[in-house]
Amino acid sequence: MYQAIVFLPLLGFLIAGCFGRFIGARASEVVTTALLMVSAALSWVAFFQVGFGTGATRIQLMNWMTSGALSVDWALRIDTLTVVMLVVVNSVSALVHLYSIGYMHEDPARPRFFAYLSLFTFAMLMLVTSDNLVQMFFGWEGVGLASYLLIGFWYQKESANAAAIKAFVVNRVGDFGFALGIFLVFVLTGSVAYDAIFAKVGGLGEATFRFLGHDWHALTLAALLLFMGAMGKSAQFLLHTWLPDAMEGPTPVSALIHAATMVTAGVFMVARLSPVFEMAPTALIVVTAIGATTAFFAATIGLVQNDIKRVIAYSTCSQLGYMFVALGVGAYSAGIFHLFTHAFFKALLFLGAGSVIHAMHHEQDIRNMGGLRKHIPFTAAVMAIGTLALTGFPFTAGYFSKDAIIEAAYASKNPAHSFAFLATVIAAFMTSFYSWRLYFLTFEGKARWGADAHSLHEGVEHAGTAAQGGHGHDAEPASAAPHHHDDHGHHGDGHHAPHESPLVMLIPLGLLAIGAVAAGFAFKEAFIGHSYDAFWKGSLFTGQGNTILHDMHEVPKWVVWSPFVMMALGFALAFYMYIVNTGAPRRLAEANPLLYRFLLNKWYFDELYDFLFVRPAKWLGRFLWKTGDGRIIDGLGPDGISARVVDITNRVVRIQTGFVYHYAFAMLIGVAALVTWYLLRGGAH
Amino acid sequence: MFGFGILSGLLVLPLVGAAFILALRGDSPAVRSNALWAALATTIATFLLSLVAWSRFDVASPAFQLVESHAWLADTIRFKLGVDGFSLPFVVLTAFLMPFCILASWTSIEKRLKEYLVCFLVLEATMIGVFVALDLVLFYLMFEAGLIPMFLIIGIWGGKRRIYASFKFFLYTLLGSVLMLLAIMAMYWDAGTTDIAALLQHRFAPAMQTWLWLAFFASFAVKMPMWPVHTWLPDAHVEAPTAGSVILAGILLKMGGYGFIRFSLPMFPDASLYFAPLVYALSVIAIVYTSLVALMQEDIKKLIAYSSVAHMGFVTMGLFTMTEQGIQGAMFQMVSHGIVSGALFLCVGVVYDRLHTREIAAYGGLVNRMPLYAVVFMVFTMANVGLPGTSGFVGEFLTLMGAFRANPWVAFIATSGVILSAAYALWLYRRVVFGELVKDSLKTMQDLNRREIVTLAPLVVLTIYYGVRPGPILDAFAAPTNALIASTQAVLGAAKTAAMLVQ
Repeated sequence: MYQAIVFLPLLGFLIAGCFGRFIGARASEVVTTALLMVSAALSWVAFFQVGFGTGATRIQLMNWMTSGALSVDWALRIDTLTVVMLVVVNSVSALVHLYSIGYMHEDPARPRFFAYLSLFTFAMLMLVTSDNLVQMFFGWEGVGLASYLLIGFWYQKESANAAAIKAFVVNRVGDFGFALGIFLVFVLTGSVAYDAIFAKVGGLGEATFRFLGHDWHALTLAALLLFMGAMGKSAQFLLHTWLPDAMEGPTPVSALIHAATMVTAGVFMVARLSPVFEMAPTALIVVTAIGATTAFFAATIGLVQNDIKRVIAYSTCSQLGYMFVALGVGAYSAGIFHLFTHAFFKALLFLGAGSVIHAMHHEQDIRNMGGLRKHIPFTAAVMAIGTLALTGFPFTAGYFSKDAIIEAAYASKNPAHSFAFLATVIAAFMTSFYSWRLYFLTFEGKARWGADAHSLHEGVEHAGTAAQGGHGHDAEPASAAPHHHDDHGHHGDGHHAPHESPLVMLIPLGLLAIGAVAAGFAFKEAFIGHSYDAFWKGSLFTGQGNTILHDMHEVPKWVVWSPFVMMALGFALAFYMYIVNTGAPRRLAEANPLLYRFLLNKWYFDELYDFLFVRPAKWLGRFLWKTGDGRIIDGLGPDGISARVVDITNRVVRIQTGFVYHYAFAMLIGVAALVTWYLLRGGAH
Repeated sequence: MFGFGILSGLLVLPLVGAAFILALRGDSPAVRSNALWAALATTIATFLLSLVAWSRFDVASPAFQLVESHAWLADTIRFKLGVDGFSLPFVVLTAFLMPFCILASWTSIEKRLKEYLVCFLVLEATMIGVFVALDLVLFYLMFEAGLIPMFLIIGIWGGKRRIYASFKFFLYTLLGSVLMLLAIMAMYWDAGTTDIAALLQHRFAPAMQTWLWLAFFASFAVKMPMWPVHTWLPDAHVEAPTAGSVILAGILLKMGGYGFIRFSLPMFPDASLYFAPLVYALSVIAIVYTSLVALMQEDIKKLIAYSSVAHMGFVTMGLFTMTEQGIQGAMFQMVSHGIVSGALFLCVGVVYDRLHTREIAAYGGLVNRMPLYAVVFMVFTMANVGLPGTSGFVGEFLTLMGAFRANPWVAFIATSGVILSAAYALWLYRRVVFGELVKDSLKTMQDLNRREIVTLAPLVVLTIYYGVRPGPILDAFAAPTNALIASTQAVLGAAKTAAMLVQ
């Protein structure tokens, strides 16, 4: 059964990828989607079997490579953590496949699209079922490849190609740390398989390792290096820059890869390696601090973005920060629980956004929307549900998981915990604000598009600038990508009324909405409640002194209420600024132009990295090529030698006069010199 | 036991084919086609014979097998052939790549086709000779003889600056070889034999090892090529015809690595240990330096050539770690690079045949007209980047792991190469394949034809197969690697105890 879960998507990929052009787009869609449905159904079976029964197991597929003491297998490790991920990955993937049939129906390259989606799913499944670090690395880079291919799916767009490369290369920076982490773990424990590693880490408590001229606590170093990989894949602070750009991909891709599954791989990795991280308290402080920083920082940027997908992307980034906070304070199950619920409501928000974009004919700028609720009521309703779940409205999915994280952050003894608590609470306020801002600008108020916009020309300018808050028509590249305007010019003037999406897109939305409402309530006992031990069965490790799961229930009342208050405040402010007094955002932005630009330009990280890394690398490459290889090596080496040879021969040629007696004379001198030399040498003896 | 066996068959077969082609007269289309088919048949037969050799080979044994020994120059200098786990995969790889070279030359070579094919077949014989020679003099002969056909291939059938390139190629490689010849003579005077198996048992004095090591290093480092003697490679690749590049990258570069593992490491263990930091330094410089240079290239072949230098950096780094992972990984990296870089040059050849330019800027948006080509090129690009699941990953990963065990600093710097390789490879791909198709010259490009599909498909399959199951090749290296490490440690351990006794 587990082989089927993992390899059916691969089969789908091969069928759609190799034979897509022969069997046609429709058949490719049906085959891949059907296989994913089967895989998803089996995953749920596995989830209940393993999670609420017994059945954790390991399935050996075959040996991958053996070299000396290193032995790497292809194997499936099935435990509760795995089946949770199986459910998340396959459910979302199956729904996204289904949704894409409607969303991509105009695209001629659908077989390729569905092949990529299935390839991604396969790689992700290999990642979550991995039995050793190297196989995880395989899945890790495999999803990176699929992500690269899907971001650059519309390869004719320059911006999409650039975003695809950026995603791959930034992830490789993380993988650089991941790879070093694997090497270090192997050196320390003599194995790369989880079971063998976990058995050995207990004895490595105080071991040190000399690395880069410094004696490190070995496990801390290993955990930090591995965490670097997680930071890349989960778009954490400093390595986050690729995620917003990744929105160049088709929207279903954003939902599947850049919200629900791939970006959570880092969270999964830390949870999977919890026995290692538990032994490295310093590393956990770093995890907490990075997570909290990301949660706060991404939320600030989300406040002012105008592209519907980018707002949600920053929200994803921020929510991933929450998950890392949970992991950092030792509440692994809370992190995974948030991963689980987040997958539902974030996929819902993205697919809902896709439905909006579909309705608006590829318009993505929320400044050009408004009043859409009347036209696409179902989408508006599910988006509202998603927003409620994201902001943590009581009894929705996010309420249980997010509040648990905030409480855990408060209750923790981790030195970074007060910072984490503060950052997550403030981020909760901002989350609520930008989520409702998005909702109000998109669905409520006056329509700022199509025929209505033309008749209300004055109103458009006003509302438009109000929404973008003093940004005006300044062609700042950081705002919406230019092609959106092009598309808008192409389609928008056609005066099509926005239309509700077809049923094949609405069904996934409906199912995800159910998940967004119920997933928290239904599974909270199992994930973080009283059934913790029975459910996880040791697949998440917590050290002796780690009582966070108990402590987090004993926090003061005001802590419990704080996220709710923040959510309410955020909602109220968004309501005031975008419904009641629509001039307020603009005035606020004009009053703080520096802060506004700083946020709008994403803290200038892209510019900074371009200055620090991209341009120096190019300059250095050119310098080493032209000067290093050209002038120095070739100049002193072959070219120099040949030039000298040519010099000398030219001189020799001048001596060659053609007169025999000249040569005879030269020979005579030579003979004389030789004889003299022999005589002198002989005399010396 | 010492009759003529499979290995001499492998040497003779290409020469027979060459003789047959030489015997053809005229330059009519029929003769052209006969020559091509004869060459193809010869190379395929050689490949099949190499497979027979593989099937008779016992992977578990570290000893030389299929040995044959014939009287030659003198009693001590014999015509001795044999293979072990280090050399056999390269014999098979050589024989495997040759048919692709012939196929790649099917239409692109217009003048002196027969001579061209003869050059390739002679080259094949000498390359196989390098890997099967069990006598130092024979090895040297083959090692140098291979230069001549390659020199001719670049100099006669090359591009515009072919004379400069072939001159540079020859100058560099010959300079190294002269030193090696001196070292070989010194070894003969010291050990009284040129039999490699006997030399492996002989222990040279440490001071002598240093000089011998340096002399061999000069030759092998040029062949690899290692930084800073690498600048011949980009020029040679750029000017060589497609098939020449395939052989250059696929086989000739591997002779350096093979030389290290056959001579430097086992015969001069003290010197190898002493010079390991030097090799590490040159390797990591090569990895970072040439990756950065590759980033800025404007010529497709030059870019791939520079990336080859970077990949060979992983090989030298891995070999001198003296760990199982490092050595096996390095050997695997060489085989994998032989397949992948060969395939990449074939891919470049495909578009070069259509457009006759290697300028990256002349391309863009090929995927619109050549979807199949885009897929194939993507697979090899990813293998070049070292994506897990392709053969490129296994070698890179194992060498880095070996390096980490030996020296974490080295591994740290070398691992940064994986970031740079992603950058240059994907940027190349984007500029050539992705984007809109706007250039008029590209609007009539045809996708892969049947001959090209037949050429590239097996390479795609092998790249992925060996990425998922490297076992068949990796395990062949296991026995000799373990033997090598054991013998080196024994020697070094003995030296250490001796030193302690003196103290």
